[in-house]
Amino acid sequence: MSLLEIKNLHANVAGREILKGIDLSINAGEVHAIMGPNGSGKSTLAQVLSGRDLYQVTAGEVVYGGKDLLEMSPEDRAREGIFMAFQYPVEIPGVSNLYFLKAALNAIRKHQGLSDLDAMDFLAIVKERMALMEMDQSLLNRAVNTGFSGGEKKRNEIFQMAVLEPKLAILDETDSGLDIDALKIVAAGVNALRSPARAMIVVTHYQRLLNYIVPDYVHVLAEGRIVKSGGKELALELEESGYVGLEGEAA
Amino acid sequence: MDEHRFLEENRVSTSANTIETFANQEYKWGFVTEIDADTVPPGLNEDVIRLISKKKNEPAFMLEWRLKAYRHWLTMTEPTWANIHYPPIDYQATSYYAAPKSNADRPKSLDDVDPELLRTYEKLGIPLQERELLAGVAVDAVFDSVSVATTFKEKLGELGIIFGSFSEAVQEHPDLIKKYLGTVVPSTDNFFAALNSAVFTDGSFCYVPKGVRCPMELSTYFRINAKNTGQFERTLIIADEGAYVSYLEGCTAPMRDTNQLHAAVVELVALDNAQIKYSTVQNWYPGDKEGRGGIYNFVTKRGACRGVNSKISWTQVETGSAITWKYPSCLLIGDNSVGEFYSVALTNHYQQADTGTKMVHIGKNTRSTIVSKGISAGRGQNTYRGSVKILKSAAHARNYSQCDSMLLGDKCGAHTFPYLEVKNTSSQVEHEASTSKIGEDQIFYCRQRGISTEDAVSMIVHGFCKEVFRELPMEFAVEAQKLLGVSLEGSVG
Repeated sequence: MSLLEIKNLHANVAGREILKGIDLSINAGEVHAIMGPNGSGKSTLAQVLSGRDLYQVTAGEVVYGGKDLLEMSPEDRAREGIFMAFQYPVEIPGVSNLYFLKAALNAIRKHQGLSDLDAMDFLAIVKERMALMEMDQSLLNRAVNTGFSGGEKKRNEIFQMAVLEPKLAILDETDSGLDIDALKIVAAGVNALRSPARAMIVVTHYQRLLNYIVPDYVHVLAEGRIVKSGGKELALELEESGYVGLEGEAA
Repeated sequence: MDEHRFLEENRVSTSANTIETFANQEYKWGFVTEIDADTVPPGLNEDVIRLISKKKNEPAFMLEWRLKAYRHWLTMTEPTWANIHYPPIDYQATSYYAAPKSNADRPKSLDDVDPELLRTYEKLGIPLQERELLAGVAVDAVFDSVSVATTFKEKLGELGIIFGSFSEAVQEHPDLIKKYLGTVVPSTDNFFAALNSAVFTDGSFCYVPKGVRCPMELSTYFRINAKNTGQFERTLIIADEGAYVSYLEGCTAPMRDTNQLHAAVVELVALDNAQIKYSTVQNWYPGDKEGRGGIYNFVTKRGACRGVNSKISWTQVETGSAITWKYPSCLLIGDNSVGEFYSVALTNHYQQADTGTKMVHIGKNTRSTIVSKGISAGRGQNTYRGSVKILKSAAHARNYSQCDSMLLGDKCGAHTFPYLEVKNTSSQVEHEASTSKIGEDQIFYCRQRGISTEDAVSMIVHGFCKEVFRELPMEFAVEAQKLLGVSLEGSVG
């Protein structure tokens, strides 16, 4: 059985239908890229999977790890191993990055029936994962994303992912706003976290990111439907021809 | 990475599950202890004041002082300028004196204390014995209007520190009382201060002699218990030249359904090079979710930095009371003296708070800092009212004010009234203000990381208040966080 099974998923935002029947099956260990033009529904799909209540699911089903994902609260989805790297990470003034992350990790551990990590054990994990992400140590004691540069925010997202060790990671336009050096660092972090036990959905507008995070599958989303699926070479095709023809296919 | 700092923070923050622990609880500390109170019938006149003074076996000067205040109070009218609304208070319907029955025979040690009372404190999480042994905190516990337990007095006595109930100080140190009482907050200062001066029944007194640094945090837990009994506390703290003292005041009150009047006065005096740090966690009963009941809290708190290089810091966390009217202030008289005010005020349901500070710069090079954090939830109304006055004599004075408001939901309100008055050209005044709303996107971000909505709100609010919390002594910071958690119950979702 696959880790994530999406069947005929329809979703609205403010009464407008954005997703018009998505079918997608993802197994543990796989990296799937979701590509598509602006407004195709890529980010909506990511948000619906993570449980954002701005979106109403009107039809279809999503089974994650054998459970009905759509019945779960956002925090329960997170505790069951779904992690979303946000396109626009939110600032939380006054709450230290470390404190936030420890609260998150312990909430997940509690759900798994594990005891809270104490501060010392937590710091040991943090130090190890920080090295992986080449994180600037000063970012840890600063307030969550507050005053971070665009690159620092995105790197912080992947760092959180490294600490929380999700089963399914959804990267929502993680490349947006990054220069090439920052992109390489973020991609290296993501690649280091690839594992047979972990699936990833990489949402991106541009093929550029996929030079560094090489996907197993590429799906092209247009007007709320997956119009084409293929291997990593599909991303390169798109780079050549653009999305124009594909949008016609969806109509 | 600064590990030490993180570990420290972690201790202060405890885990984010404080809200969860308290979720769906009614006011946790709402219960009435059954102790026979020796209560004077409701009403106020000169006879009642004479009776109070007599019951407390006061010297003549005290009675005269009370009567003078009372006669002046009769000529005053209740202030109406604050941004608070409440039905008229019937001052004749309040009883002005209640003391535990055992007053005549005061307990010599904890063994002599009414076990019912000790159980009350236990429910409040204030096991006196433990505090005595472990925390190193001397507790002057005020139950209703009479102090019933004072600890560590001897140890403090060795250093020449006087710490105990106000009544006791009137008996044992009338000279100090005579010298300082009413010198910071005159008995005619304002309507509520005059009322307090006339009828106050007890409170705390502390004197730290020259050059002595008080080795422990002094703390008092106030508590209103007997039904319909107004609480009129009077506190006087004096730090003589070069002395230092940190004082903690905390309140919890039992649940009841009639409004209760509370009008306390606190006076602080800091002489040359002295420093007083006064921290409050205020959690009087706020009323129920429909706005019924709750304490009316009209407090006058003022400190005088009389000496050169003296410093007075007020830190307050106000989560309780139906009505809060409170402006802990500093008179910066001595050259180079420093005044500070750090405040978190939270209003939920139908609570109303009009609180802030007054910094009066009189001496040269005086400095003041104001950091105010107002949180409004439910239908709560939160007003910051602050005045910075720099007199002509206060050359090179400096003030920095920061007033931040946070709104949870769309039925609450935040209001800011800063008054600035600068009478010379060498001084500097800075004022910053912000208003923010806890965003859905902030909460969703936390939830996506596995953190529940309530914990997320708690975390975001704590982050907002951090600059104030870090001014609190450690154990108080933890208590303050718990109180915020309790007070925010049901404010989201």
